[in-house]
Amino acid sequence: MKTLPDLLPDAELHLPRESERTLPNGLTVIAIRRAAVPLVEVRLRIPFGRAPLAPATLLSQALFTGTSAMSSIDLAAELQAVGGSLAAGNDPDRLLITGNALADGLDRTLELLASVLTDAAYPAEEVGTERERLVDNIQVALSQPAHLARVALLKRIYGIHPYAVQTPAPEEVRGVEPAALRELHAARVRPAGAVLVLVGDIDPEQAIDTAEKVLGGWTGAGPDGTISATPALETGPLLLVDRPGSVQSSLRMALPGIPRTDPDYAALSLANFVFGGYFSSRWVENIREDKGYTYGSHSLIEHFVAGSTLLAAAEVATEVTGPSLLETLYELGRIASLPPGEEELEQARRYALGTLRLGMSTQAGLAGLASMYAGFGLRLDHLREHSAALSAATREEVAAAAAKYLAPSRAVTVVLGDAEKIEPQLSALIAVERSAE
Amino acid sequence: MAPRIKIPATKYPVERLTLGNGLRVVLSPDRSAPVVGVAVVYDVGIRSEPEGRTGFAHLFEHLMFQGSENLEKLAHFRHVQGAGGSFNGSTHLDYTDYFEVLPAGALERALFLEADRMRGPRLTEENLRNQVDVVKEEIRVNVLNRPYGGFPWLKLPPVMFETFANAHDGYGSFEDLESATVEDAQGFFDRYYACGNAVLSVAGDFDVAEATAMIERHFGDVPARPAPTLPDFAEPGLDGERRESYTDRIAPLPAVAAGYRVPDPISDFAAYLPFAVLAEVLTDGDASRLVERLVQRDRTATNLGGYLGFMGDEYQVRNPTALLLQAHMPPGGDAGKVLQTIDEELDRLATDGLKPGELARTQARMATRLLHDTDAVLGRALPMAVLELQRGRPGLLNDLPKLINEVGEEQIVAAAATLRPEHRASVEVIPGASA
Repeated sequence: MKTLPDLLPDAELHLPRESERTLPNGLTVIAIRRAAVPLVEVRLRIPFGRAPLAPATLLSQALFTGTSAMSSIDLAAELQAVGGSLAAGNDPDRLLITGNALADGLDRTLELLASVLTDAAYPAEEVGTERERLVDNIQVALSQPAHLARVALLKRIYGIHPYAVQTPAPEEVRGVEPAALRELHAARVRPAGAVLVLVGDIDPEQAIDTAEKVLGGWTGAGPDGTISATPALETGPLLLVDRPGSVQSSLRMALPGIPRTDPDYAALSLANFVFGGYFSSRWVENIREDKGYTYGSHSLIEHFVAGSTLLAAAEVATEVTGPSLLETLYELGRIASLPPGEEELEQARRYALGTLRLGMSTQAGLAGLASMYAGFGLRLDHLREHSAALSAATREEVAAAAAKYLAPSRAVTVVLGDAEKIEPQLSALIAVERSAE
Repeated sequence: MAPRIKIPATKYPVERLTLGNGLRVVLSPDRSAPVVGVAVVYDVGIRSEPEGRTGFAHLFEHLMFQGSENLEKLAHFRHVQGAGGSFNGSTHLDYTDYFEVLPAGALERALFLEADRMRGPRLTEENLRNQVDVVKEEIRVNVLNRPYGGFPWLKLPPVMFETFANAHDGYGSFEDLESATVEDAQGFFDRYYACGNAVLSVAGDFDVAEATAMIERHFGDVPARPAPTLPDFAEPGLDGERRESYTDRIAPLPAVAAGYRVPDPISDFAAYLPFAVLAEVLTDGDASRLVERLVQRDRTATNLGGYLGFMGDEYQVRNPTALLLQAHMPPGGDAGKVLQTIDEELDRLATDGLKPGELARTQARMATRLLHDTDAVLGRALPMAVLELQRGRPGLLNDLPKLINEVGEEQIVAAAATLRPEHRASVEVIPGASA
């Protein structure tokens, strides 16, 4: 019998230095040096709360279709020439521009970014192309079970709150004219409250100077985009969404979540890992490695500015949809009723601490983390506080958080699948209501 | 046009050694972040599956996680994640990989875990039946229950190739998966999972002498077993255009993929590399030839991609392989028309050559992607392991940006000229669901 080697203790958490400056136009620039490869990662978050959904989504897709001086092809070619690429996406809180380039191309990349921010033209022809592409992409999304299940769950948990619908309907997109994009851009693509993150083989102060020089001419404030707090979860019957012919069922649950700065957050994170938040969790070991009901299940805490939710998801075989729900309720009940085992908790704790370190070990990981935190008003030093809280959380605290947030009685459940086949299985366990759509 | 930007390269150190039992080892230290990546790659993949056992290489990959000589079922996962790390494995046409990324202090633990399953996984009836169920769910998630499932990597090879090795479904049929036995698994392990048929690679924060001692300690006593003779999977190229189609009952919109055979990636790398650059000239970004024409101008496609190797592993694949182009189309889209336009654009490229700056900017973007990937420890450990396995040249990873930058216009033009419709296999997705 061979014995497992011990782990060497982790070195102290080393956080890279963040240089930061808020420019006169209201844009905050954060720059971090990580010089492992001669690249620079770029993330720009612009507050976009309450932006109208269809125009906002098309704007993110059409942002790089041209300026008064450059066509979409000019822009793409000029970026490519410095090894660069930029793309935009949106969520209910933000417009997010993401990209990277060779480090020597940082100035040029920022110039091209600035030209788009201050002078995007939304040419009718190109917008028309992007509009059709977006409609087609939404059509494809609507044929994907994971997307449909999320759509149903968001609607169920958010009701009339702005987060309830996060993908526009194809017909709404079809009605968006270039003028609406120009109007939205003029009103909302503004530096006030935006955060630009640059990470890579750069001199941070010099990079900020460059950003100040190049982006200084981007000016203006956006309107108040504050979104009211998300409503508390309202439990009720399981919502069953019919997808005839499905060979699997998509099981989704929402449970109460809390923001990263909540005093319970580290304990809830650990409880979530033990329940279903990583591969070595009870849920995965039960429904995959013991019973073979699924290829994978996962739970996580999803954060938006106006509220956080704990989400659990699994795609399970049609014939064992009921048994899969049974095991899921059992595991939620178990974590909510009994404290986790000591070794089990230590394992989850080490995983939580380790993945934080892994996440910041690349330029892209670091840029993503810094930008995501900044979107919630936090900085990388929050990693130190969060690590300390993860290290300190006791079994009792984790058990208390699980009882408070993971109890099955607090879950909102949506299942998408072949309703004829799965409704009898599900209604043997729980009250079921068919989706009206 | 801006002055041509200098293409940088990486200089990751590469140390190679071979243990007494024949296990090849590649080490690439880098102290810039306190993490390590560990990869073990076996020289067996989908192409080596016996007839009647489609999907077996992948199913076996699952079994390698189900316990081993000193480890119970579930222990592997718990030990990696309980050390703060992540893990996975994947099955390719020509190899199967297993890997972890962990905080640096967990290196020895990862080596122990990999060595233990190299000595022998626990191949039990119970684990086999459990993982057959899991793999069936994997196929449902990735292929059967989603639109465009398996397109084009499972759909194009049977049109392009003749032999079972190259043409069959690498995920496997449920029938073949269900009839797999523990004896099959033991035979597969004995034949292909020999330490002489594997490469161990470690990248990241470690000391070479210490890591070498740990590797000796854990892998040194794995019994020596030689690699089986590698079969030749070569088959003749196409002598006429082949076109097929199938209905995807869930897909709302049409799509098409085309494949063209390319030179041997290993024995004729110099001739192969221009095709990798050509694929990017054709499809990387809005300024690329085919995106500009098909997506921006003609609007006959909504999304377009081009790459080498059916699994996108262009520098980790053996002969025969292909340059693939794939397009998703708007409602009522015409695959024939898309293919015809591709022919026109390839003709134009072969006749008129490249535009000023077109090649340089494509090369700059390719360099960025390579550098981005190597920034992650596994982005070094994994490709270095496969490059050692297939070429004995792990350092090729550092050389790629430079080699790509040296590809000249005339090579791109010559490569484009070979992509003739009569050498093309294509498969069209007919939407079975209304949009």
